[in-house]
Amino acid sequence: MPDTNPIDKKTVEHVARLARINLSAQEIGLYKKQLADILEYINKLNKVDVKNTLPTSHPMGKIKNVFRKDSAKKSLPVEDVLRNAPNKKDSLFVVPKIIG
Amino acid sequence: MKNYEVVIGLEAHVHLLTESKAFCGCSTKFGLEPNSSTCPVCLGLPGSLPVLNEKAFLYAIKTALALRCTIQDLIKFDRKNYYYPDLPKNYQISQYDMPLAYDGAIEIESQESKKKIRVKRVHLEEDAGKLMHEAEKGVSYVDFNRAGIPLLEIVSEPDIRSPEDASAYLVNLKAILKYLKVSDCNMEEGSLRCDANISVRPEGAKSLGVKTELKNMNSFKAVRDALSYEAERQIDLLTSGEKIQQETRLWDEAKGLTIAMRSKEDTQDYRYFPEPDLVPFTVDKNKIDQMMRSLPELPQAKKKRFISDYSISDYDASVLTREADISDFFEATIKTYNNPKEIANWLLGDIASLLNARKVSIAKTRLKPGHLAEMLELIHSEEISGKIAKEILPEVFEKGLSPKEIVRQKGLKQIKDTGELISIIELVLKENEKSANDYKAGKKNALMFLVGQIMKKTKGKANPKIVNDILKNMLGGK
Repeated sequence: MPDTNPIDKKTVEHVARLARINLSAQEIGLYKKQLADILEYINKLNKVDVKNTLPTSHPMGKIKNVFRKDSAKKSLPVEDVLRNAPNKKDSLFVVPKIIG
Repeated sequence: MKNYEVVIGLEAHVHLLTESKAFCGCSTKFGLEPNSSTCPVCLGLPGSLPVLNEKAFLYAIKTALALRCTIQDLIKFDRKNYYYPDLPKNYQISQYDMPLAYDGAIEIESQESKKKIRVKRVHLEEDAGKLMHEAEKGVSYVDFNRAGIPLLEIVSEPDIRSPEDASAYLVNLKAILKYLKVSDCNMEEGSLRCDANISVRPEGAKSLGVKTELKNMNSFKAVRDALSYEAERQIDLLTSGEKIQQETRLWDEAKGLTIAMRSKEDTQDYRYFPEPDLVPFTVDKNKIDQMMRSLPELPQAKKKRFISDYSISDYDASVLTREADISDFFEATIKTYNNPKEIANWLLGDIASLLNARKVSIAKTRLKPGHLAEMLELIHSEEISGKIAKEILPEVFEKGLSPKEIVRQKGLKQIKDTGELISIIELVLKENEKSANDYKAGKKNALMFLVGQIMKKTKGKANPKIVNDILKNMLGGK
C-alpha cells in the first residue's frame, strides 16, 4: 500500500530540529500520524466558504490601539535577572559558544 | 568580455529614539551595566505580556510618511520564531505579511542625475540582545539590555545599481531620520545598521542573478567597500564560468573581503504567525493627514530652498542640509550676519574640522550662531584678520566666550595704525636686507617672505593689506 501520509519522516525530523528536540524512530512514527491528523482536521477549514467573511487577525480584533506611554520604569535588579541562569559571569549570562 | 550590471537592495535597521523599550518600561539608554535594563517582559519570563510603546509606533508612522509610504489599514504584529541565545523568548515580535507601511521612495543623486530608489516596506520590531564571544573558553556572554529596543526595518527594492548609490541612499536615509528626530543613527553604537542583498547580471538582462546577503558592515564606507568587493567577486566567478552560491557573507573589515558564513543545516524557517499578545492597530485618515502636515521640511526640500534663497553651490547646500543641526545653525547665523557664502565656508571648513575631531554635533558645543556672526563681523570690519579668527575659533568653540571678548582680552585687535606699522616694517627690513634687495632686483617672491616676517613679529595682528601697500611703497620695486 502506498504511503498517502502528507507528512513524511523528513518533515517530522525538520520540525523536531526547529523545536530543538530529539525524537526516537518510534516517536517519529507516532508524530507522523498525529501531525497528519491535525493537518487533515485543519484542512476542513479550507472547505468553508469565506467569501463574505473578513480575515481575523486576532480573536479580540474589535479592541484596537492598546498603547502604553513612553516612560522608563524601574527594571529588575540584576541579581534577580540572573537568579535562574545555569551559568553566569559578572552581570552576564553565559551560554555555549555560538560562532567560530 | 561581457559587461555586468550590479543590482543591490538594502535593509536598514534603526533604533527609534524612545526612552523606554518597545513593549515594556525598561530604559533604552546605551552603555548601562549588562542586563540591568531588563524585566519579565523583555526577558520573556512566563506570564508577562507586551504592551506597545505609543511613541515608538508614532515615530514609525512619521518615518513611513516622510519616506512617502502608504500606511497599512490594519497593522498587526507577528512572531518570528528561531532559537538563538540573543533572543530570550525564542521569537522576535516583528511584522510579516502586513507591515506598518509600504511603497515609498528615497531620492538620490547618482552621477549628477536624480534617481528614485523605491522603499518596499517599513516595519516595526524589537531588537535582540547582544552577544560577546570568547572563543578560547568556548563560551558566549549575553546582555539583554538591547533586547526589546524598538527597531524600524526599512527595506528598499533592488533599485540600486552601484556601491556609490547604496552609500548615497544611506546618507539620505540617515539625514531624513535625523531631521525627524526619530533616531540618533549612531552606527558605532549600533542604532543604525545595514544589510545588503547583491547580485550581478549581464547588461540588458531582465531576470535577476543569484544574490548573496552581506552583513557586518559598520560604516557607510564599509557598505561601499563590501559591495564593491562582492560585485567584483561575483563577476569574476561568472566570467570564469562558475556559479554563485546563494548565501550569507560577512564583511571582514580588516582583511577587506567577504567570507561565507558557515552554511546552516536547515534553510531558515521562521514559522511566522500572528502575535496573540498584541491587538491590531489602526491609524485613522485624519491622524495621518495631520501627521503629514506636521512633518518638518526634509533635507531635499531644504537643499533646494538653500540654493535658491542663499545662492550657494549645490555641493555646499548638500553638505549643509545633511544635518538639521548644521542647517539650523547656518540659518540662525544669517539672521545677524547676512553673508551666506562666508558662513557656509566657515561651517564646512574650520568648524567642520573642529566637530569631526571632537566627534560632536554642533548643537552640543558652546559655539552659538551669535558667536560666528560676531566673529565674521570682526573680520569684515577689519578688526581682526581671517588668520586670527581661525586661531580664536577653538577657544570660542570650547569656552563659549564671545569672539570680541577674546580679541579684547588677548589684545589681538589688528594693527591698522600706519605709523606703528611703518616702524615695525623698518625693523624687519633692517633684519632682512637680503630679501629686501632681492625684491628690488625683481624677485617678487621676496615680498611674501617679508610680509610673513612682519606678520610673525606682530603675532598675526598686522593688517596684511596695509602691510603690503606700505612695503611696496617703501621698497619701490617694480
